[in-house]
Amino acid sequence: MTLNSKIPDGPLDQKWTRYKKTAKLVNPANRKKLDVIVIGTGLAGSSIAASLGEMGYQVKSFCFQDSPRRAHSVAAQGGVNAAKNYKNDGDSVYRMFVDTLKGGDFRAREANVYRMAECSLNLIDQAVAQGVPFGREYGGYLNNRSFGGVHVSRTFYARGQTGQQLLLGAYQALMRQVGKGAVQLFSRHEMLDIVVIDGKARGVIVRNLDTGELERHAAHTVILATGGYGKIYYLSTLAMGCNGSAIWRAHKKGALMASPSWIQIHPTSLPQSGDYQSKLTLMSESLRNDGRIWVPLKEDEKREPNAIPEEERDYYLERRYPAFGNLAPRDISSRAAKERIDAGFGIGPLKNAVYLDFAKAIREQGKQKIQEKYGNLFDMYEKITGYDAYKEPMMISPSAHFSMGGLWIDYELMTSLPGLFALGEANFADHGANRLGANSLLQASVDGYFIAPYTIANYLANDIHTGKISTDHIEFERAEVGVRAQIDRFLKIKGSKTVDYFHKTLGKILYDYCGLARNEKGLRYAIVEINRLKQEFYKDVIVSGEANTLNTELEKAGRVADYFEIGELMCYDALTRNESCGAHFREEYQTADGEALRNDAEYQFISAWAWKGEGQEPELIREPLIFEEIQPTVRSYK
Amino acid sequence: MDLHLKIWRQKDSDAAGKLVTYTLTDLNPHMSFLEMLDTLNEQLITHGDEPVEFDHDCREGICGQCGMMINGIAHGPLKHTTTCQLHLRSFKDNDTILIEPFRSAAFQVKKDLKVDRSAFDRIISSGGFVSINTGQAPDATVIPISHELAESAFDSAACIGCGACVATCKNGSAALFTSAKITHMALLPQGKEERSERVLNMVKQMDLESFGHCTNTEACEVECPQGISVLNIARMNFEYNKALFFKKK
Repeated sequence: MTLNSKIPDGPLDQKWTRYKKTAKLVNPANRKKLDVIVIGTGLAGSSIAASLGEMGYQVKSFCFQDSPRRAHSVAAQGGVNAAKNYKNDGDSVYRMFVDTLKGGDFRAREANVYRMAECSLNLIDQAVAQGVPFGREYGGYLNNRSFGGVHVSRTFYARGQTGQQLLLGAYQALMRQVGKGAVQLFSRHEMLDIVVIDGKARGVIVRNLDTGELERHAAHTVILATGGYGKIYYLSTLAMGCNGSAIWRAHKKGALMASPSWIQIHPTSLPQSGDYQSKLTLMSESLRNDGRIWVPLKEDEKREPNAIPEEERDYYLERRYPAFGNLAPRDISSRAAKERIDAGFGIGPLKNAVYLDFAKAIREQGKQKIQEKYGNLFDMYEKITGYDAYKEPMMISPSAHFSMGGLWIDYELMTSLPGLFALGEANFADHGANRLGANSLLQASVDGYFIAPYTIANYLANDIHTGKISTDHIEFERAEVGVRAQIDRFLKIKGSKTVDYFHKTLGKILYDYCGLARNEKGLRYAIVEINRLKQEFYKDVIVSGEANTLNTELEKAGRVADYFEIGELMCYDALTRNESCGAHFREEYQTADGEALRNDAEYQFISAWAWKGEGQEPELIREPLIFEEIQPTVRSYK
Repeated sequence: MDLHLKIWRQKDSDAAGKLVTYTLTDLNPHMSFLEMLDTLNEQLITHGDEPVEFDHDCREGICGQCGMMINGIAHGPLKHTTTCQLHLRSFKDNDTILIEPFRSAAFQVKKDLKVDRSAFDRIISSGGFVSINTGQAPDATVIPISHELAESAFDSAACIGCGACVATCKNGSAALFTSAKITHMALLPQGKEERSERVLNMVKQMDLESFGHCTNTEACEVECPQGISVLNIARMNFEYNKALFFKKK
C-alpha cells in the first residue's frame, strides 16, 4: 500500500489557494440532501459542525459530555498563535511555518504546516467577531505574549482561559445552528463503532450514555474530532473522559494510525503526590515567560527553597539553552527536568519535581503585574497544593499532555478510510514530533473553521446522487452486534480488579518504557507486559452495573480495552524508529551532550500503521517526508 | 483522616432516592474531594456494590461538569472553587459530610449525583451568540476595544455553566447564568447589534424552562466558583426593559 498525501502542486505559499480555487463545490439545494456526522464538540468538532450547518448540510453532532461546552479544549490555558505581527517583531506566516516545522523536529509535512500558519490570520478575526474577549492593550488593540520555541510574541490570550473562551465562541456558533435546526445535537452519546459500506465510512453506532441504548446513525461522511489519547498514561493533564476509542475503532475499521508514540510530556504540570491521584494539573507554559526553572546544586537538598542562596541554585535551562532559556520547547524542557530529577536533584516530598520561581519577576515588575498576567494560575496552584506561589516557588513536574500522533490523514484531512475525516488532535498532521505551545488551539480551530469546510465539500460533491443512507443495511447490523457483544463480554467477566486498576497499571508501564525516554529493551518488555495485562483484564476485571442504564464503569472499560491496543502500537512505533526526534527520545540515539540525534537518511518519513487483526503484529507503511522549501537542520536552542 | 459520608443515592430519575452513609478511613488530607469519591467507588465496586455516579471531567475547575451540594453548599466550603478543586484539608478528621446533587426543578436527577443541565444549552441556543458565520469576520483590529471593557466582558464570559447558581438559589433561578452571557455580549461592540433581540429571546427561553424567578437574594454570587457578579443580573434587567421599551409594536 502506498500513501497519497494529495499535496497540491505549486509553490508552498500558493498550494492552499490553488486547492481552494479548484476544489469541487456543492450547490445550496444539494447540501440539504447530504448528511454529515461529527463526533466530538471541542474546538475542531464545534467549529466544523457550526460551519457545515451554516452552509446548509444536515449535521448531527455528538459528544460524550453532558454539554458540548465541556469538551477538553476548554482547559487550554495560555493562548493561541497567529502570525499577525501586531508586535512588529519580525513575525510572518513564513516565520511561523519555520518555527513550527523546526519545533516538530522536521517530522511534519511542509504543506500542512504552512497552511496552518496561513490560516492563523483568519482565526483571530473569526474569534474576535464571535465576541472572544482576548487580552487588549490600553489603546484597545490586541495584546500578545511569548510561548516556547520562538523569538517573537505571536500568542493571543484571554487571561489563562484562552481555550475556554475560544471553545465558548465555537460552542455558541454551534448552538446557534442547533437553535435554527441546522444541527441536531446529541450530548451524552459515545461513538462505539464506525460503519463502513462499500469501502466508505457511512455511519456510526453510538451509545446513549444516560439510557444505555445503542443507536444507529447514517451519513454521507463521518468526521472525527475526538481529541487526543494522552490519558492513556492515566496520570496526565487531560480530562478524565478524554480517550482514544473513537479513533482506535476507526483504525480497526481500516483507518491508518500515524506516529502513535509521539506524545508530548508537558514540562510544567503539578507533581504527583500520592497513589490516589487522578490527574496532574497543568500550569500554563505562559508562566515560563516570567518564571525561572531551577533545582538545587546540592543533591538531596533539605533546605526550604527561599533559604537556598542564588549561587547554590542550578538554573539548568538557562545554563544548557542560553538562547531560549526558560522558554525552550516542551520536549527539551521536559527532558532536561527528567535528567535533573533522575540524577537525584529533584525536589518536593517525592523528589519528583523542580522549582518554577517568580521571585525575580515579582521583584522587577511588582506583584500586581504578575497577578494580572497569571492570577488565576496562582490561585489554582494554591487551591490544589495549599502553597502561595507569590511567596515561594511553584513545584512542577513533567506530565503527559498532547498526542502529536493520531489518525493518518492526507492534505484534505481525510483518513485512509474514504469518507472518514479526522480533525484537530485526533489527526497527526501538523506538529511533527513535538508541538509548540499555543499551536493546539490553533490547529483544532483552523481544521474546523477554514480547512475542512472546503475539503469536505470537495468529497461530498461526489455524493449528491447517492440518496439517503439506510441504517437497515447489514453493515449497521453487524457493527451493532459487535458493540453489543463487547459490552456483554465486559459485564460477564465479574472479576476482582477495577477498570481504574488496569488503567493505572498500563499508565505506569507506558511512563516507564514509552515515556520521556525509550530504549529497545524497555519497549520489547513493555509490549509483553501490556499483553499480559490485557489478558488479565479480560479475565479479572470487574464492571459493575448493567448495559441498559447509566453506567460509568462500563464506559471506562471500553476505553481502557482500547488503550491496551493503542499502548502496544505506541511501543511498536517507538521500537521501529531508530532515531530520536522531538518527543521521541531513544536513549541509544543521542549526542555526547544528551541531545536528540535525528537520522534523516533513514527515518525522514511518517510511520503509518495498519491494523492486521487481534493478536497480529501491525503493519508499517512509510510516507516519505519531502522538504522542498527548507532543509532539515540540527534543531538547536542553545 | 477518617470521614463519614452521607450520600444521595437514586437509581434513576423516576426512582425515590435516599441518603446512604459510608465511612472511609486513612484518607490523605491532600486528596481532592473527587479522589475521595474515587476511593469510595473503588471499594464499592470490589465489594460488588454499584459505585456512586457523579459528574466530573477536567478536574481543574474549568469544564463546569462537576458539582454537588456539600453540607448544603454548592461546591463545598471554599469560595470561588469548584468541587474538583476542593481538597480534604478543608475538612476535619471524623467529619460527617452530606453530599447531594445540584437539585432544582430544571435540573432533573439522572442518577445519584448526576443531574440534567441541558436547559443551559437551550438558553444559549436561543440567543447567546453573535450571529456571524464562518468566514465573514473583518480584521481583528478594525474595532478597538479598551482594555477595561475587554476585561469587564471577560469577567462575565468566565462563567463555566456548572449550575451552582441555580442549585443554591431558593427559587431555582438561572438569572446569573443567563445574565452573564447577555452582559458579555452586550458590552462588546460585536454583540451590540442584536442585543435587544438576544435578551428578549434568552429571557423567554429561561422562563420556558422550569427555572424560578430572581428575587435578588444574591446567594448565586456567593456560591459561584468564577465569582460572577450579580451586577450582571442588574444589567440583564436593564437590557430587557430597554429592549421591551424600544420593541417595534
